[in-house]
Amino acid sequence: MSATWTAVLVASVGCYLLKLAGLSVPASWVEQPWVARVVDFVPAALLAALVVVQGLTSGDDVVVDGRLAGLAVAALALAMRAPFILVLVLAGAAGALVHVLTG
Amino acid sequence: MPDPARARTLRDAVGLGLAVGLYGVAFGAAADAAGLDVWQALVLSAVMFTGASQFALVGVLGAGGSALAAVGSALLLGTRNTVYGVRLVPLLRPRGPLRRAGTAHWVIDETTALSLAAPDRALAGLAFWVGGATLYLTWNATTVVGALGAAALGGTARAALDAVVPAAFLALLWPRLGRGFPEPAVQRRVALGGAVVALALTPFVPPGVQVVAAVVAVALAGRPRRAVTS
Repeated sequence: MSATWTAVLVASVGCYLLKLAGLSVPASWVEQPWVARVVDFVPAALLAALVVVQGLTSGDDVVVDGRLAGLAVAALALAMRAPFILVLVLAGAAGALVHVLTG
Repeated sequence: MPDPARARTLRDAVGLGLAVGLYGVAFGAAADAAGLDVWQALVLSAVMFTGASQFALVGVLGAGGSALAAVGSALLLGTRNTVYGVRLVPLLRPRGPLRRAGTAHWVIDETTALSLAAPDRALAGLAFWVGGATLYLTWNATTVVGALGAAALGGTARAALDAVVPAAFLALLWPRLGRGFPEPAVQRRVALGGAVVALALTPFVPPGVQVVAAVVAVALAGRPRRAVTS
């Protein structure tokens, strides 16, 4: 089995077990103040990391290209409360435009 | 007798399920851009079924990251569903192992928000199951559309897709930084910290590891309840 399939299956089962744990363990295990605190803030740290890794890096290098233009346009659209799908279409259009202009 | 509360709950559940479900197109496309095939994308939507973790897994793999880093980032993002489950138990009261196992599969951001917003316990259950079913079906169907659609794209459209993937992560992050979430200023500080850590580590660690390492930025949130304002 390929590494990709292994990652897909292991992470899928793991994420399901995390859901099941919430319905199965005593509430007091999860509702510790420190646990709640960490869980509340993990998505902000990881999603922000993914934004910069997907938008500004290629392998070990920091790269500026059409993806940064897409991010800037997306931030503007999100600030104007555009629906998600429109945000993505505008970001894609910005990326394509930079690609065409810079050859 | 007409029941406006029930009608409103149903409308909200179906509306949110459809709106968020359409976002599966972006996931399918991101999975294809990361080199996954349509079956792998579909298994993620059908079995993992938690958007941020799915995007994280394909994002790390697409950046050239190891399977371990990809699984790690998906699991870290999946921990919040454990907390949602704890909050849902008193509302849904799933009885027996089978019922609990079935309910668990649909414990995600949207179904939790719908259930907690419902006016009573019966409607909370309705919101969970109707919202969950609508979202599950739409999300899986649009995942296939996105994966097959992206696979047919040429050069310029590929560049467009490359710009869509980081924007998708920004769109997932954005609501957490605004007024709808508790402590938005602290969320913004943690997000900035995560971004700085990831960017600073990029030249030095294998691809994907910087995403998992960014979790250290959670320390910037400070102590429970007594948030430190810097």
